[in-house]
Amino acid sequence: MANLKNVTKKTKAQAMGMHSEVLTGRTQQKFFNPDEAENFYYFGTYDVDFNKRTDLDVKNMTAAEANKELDNLMSQGYGTIVIKNPQGKHSLGVGILNKLNLIFEGSLGYFGMGSSDGPIVRINGRVGWSCAENLMAGKVVIEKNAGSCFGAAIRGGDLICKGSVGARTGIDMKGGTIIIGGDAGAFTGFMMQRGRIIILGDVGINLGDSMYDGTIFVGGEIGSYGSDAVDSKLTQSDQDWLRRKLRVAEIGENFDVSKMKKIVAGKKLWNYDNLEPAEKKGAI
Amino acid sequence: MCGIAGLIHRGKSSNVGHELQGMLQALKHRGEDSTGYALYGDTDGKNFIMRFKVGENVGEGSTSVAEDVSVYDERKKIVDSYLAEMGAKIIKEERILPYSLRYEIEYNKKDLLEFSQKIESIPGVEILSMGKSLEVIKDLGNAKMVCDRYNLDKLVGTHAIGHARMATESGVDIKSAHPFWGYPFSDVSVVHNGQLTNYWNNRRALENKGMRFMSECDSELIAVYLAEKMRDGASLEEGMKESLTGLDGVFTYFVATKDSLGMAKDTMAAKPLVLYESDDLVAMGSEEIAIRSILPQEIDTYDPFDGEVKVWQI
Repeated sequence: MANLKNVTKKTKAQAMGMHSEVLTGRTQQKFFNPDEAENFYYFGTYDVDFNKRTDLDVKNMTAAEANKELDNLMSQGYGTIVIKNPQGKHSLGVGILNKLNLIFEGSLGYFGMGSSDGPIVRINGRVGWSCAENLMAGKVVIEKNAGSCFGAAIRGGDLICKGSVGARTGIDMKGGTIIIGGDAGAFTGFMMQRGRIIILGDVGINLGDSMYDGTIFVGGEIGSYGSDAVDSKLTQSDQDWLRRKLRVAEIGENFDVSKMKKIVAGKKLWNYDNLEPAEKKGAI
Repeated sequence: MCGIAGLIHRGKSSNVGHELQGMLQALKHRGEDSTGYALYGDTDGKNFIMRFKVGENVGEGSTSVAEDVSVYDERKKIVDSYLAEMGAKIIKEERILPYSLRYEIEYNKKDLLEFSQKIESIPGVEILSMGKSLEVIKDLGNAKMVCDRYNLDKLVGTHAIGHARMATESGVDIKSAHPFWGYPFSDVSVVHNGQLTNYWNNRRALENKGMRFMSECDSELIAVYLAEKMRDGASLEEGMKESLTGLDGVFTYFVATKDSLGMAKDTMAAKPLVLYESDDLVAMGSEEIAIRSILPQEIDTYDPFDGEVKVWQI
């Protein structure tokens, strides 16, 4: 083992084998040390008070101006912010890394709430393509419909649409839960790697196409299964989890989850083959 | 990328020129190489309106070759003589730009194929639209520029479709701009967002059946494809449903006739479309902000699903 007493904090972590990469330039990487209070600070966040509430009318603002003002309000400690007149603007509310109660009184365009980590968001309208893409934590509730690529590549959090969603919902998702109250379009769960998708209504063609892992629950009809997506047995614990999730999401509380279909990865695709390419060649 | 927008007022007329301009201008970030309008104006329905061009716009980043303006005059003279030969009487004539003209024509034959072939046999002449209410106006630049250039802001009608184009596979010129007229059918127009991958196979097959292509823009295929289906007796909606399998690639397109507006989305649902539907108005566009330009209040919109075809009547 390396001489840990004589190495700097940065190289110590590497010497212990915690990681091997050497990052340069601007990075958010933090080396944990409980003695240093500064390490509890999460880059780009503010201490906010949920009881401190304000409105923000973005009617005459660009998305960049609106997001900057949102950041400004959080820096002043506002923990509950109501956005008025979003009017379908793109990229509103992106990159929020704070605990925050955020309410949109209207619809969002593309990429709304993308790359967020922590906020509790209610959108009293519709959202366009790629809503909450890369969501890491928190909860986003959409009262109406959503466009395609809903929850693309999310890592965590709960993403709830009370209406219907377009195609490729949960594409490439790596964690978290997506809940759809209505129908979902084609290629739902396309290449998903982890996480869960719940659809109470019908779903389009190629469900779960090329999914690596994760689980999809469907309450209605399935247009067709995608490559390597297969049925699985719905267990009692699945049902308990579904009931709890739907109750917390305030959606489909009385839905009969016992009749839902459970779809998982069959794991028969090439990427599940343990052989190295050269070995595979030999085997063939 | 390209953006498309369309609207139809049911049971009434409105200032569709102004409304579509607002919708397309909201989508200008999706492409402003050229912008096109297909407007269905209020007319008495007696005469044909022919929009045609005798040359290209060679400014504003055009890929066209500059020509002497006197050539345009020569071509116009030949058009006039051919019209007289075919028994078409010019009721009103407007030369909006040196290369762009609008004629109101009294012409009693129903079949426009022979008519169109004769006019377009003149090199450099292309009919942009022919119909009793349809007027296709397309040129280089964004929606506002084209609208101002052609004075479209005051045009009153029932429905309209339009296109903001980012040129990808064909030139920056008027002939490749959308909308495309559903040649040789009166009052049929098409706009498209996407890419068709079996363009050449379909084009060869359709040309062998006597259909005409004016550009090398893949989107023109949709207009010609639907025109051929309708020539063979299919309804517009039937033709659109067949296009979901007959056309390969990714697409969302709108098609309009004198009394209807339709949309179709491919089975991959790879191209965006947001739709607002009420009893007296249907508005749709590539992005919600297009609809918001005419309906700023909170409304219910949705994305049509994959493989969906819808048609609305005025």
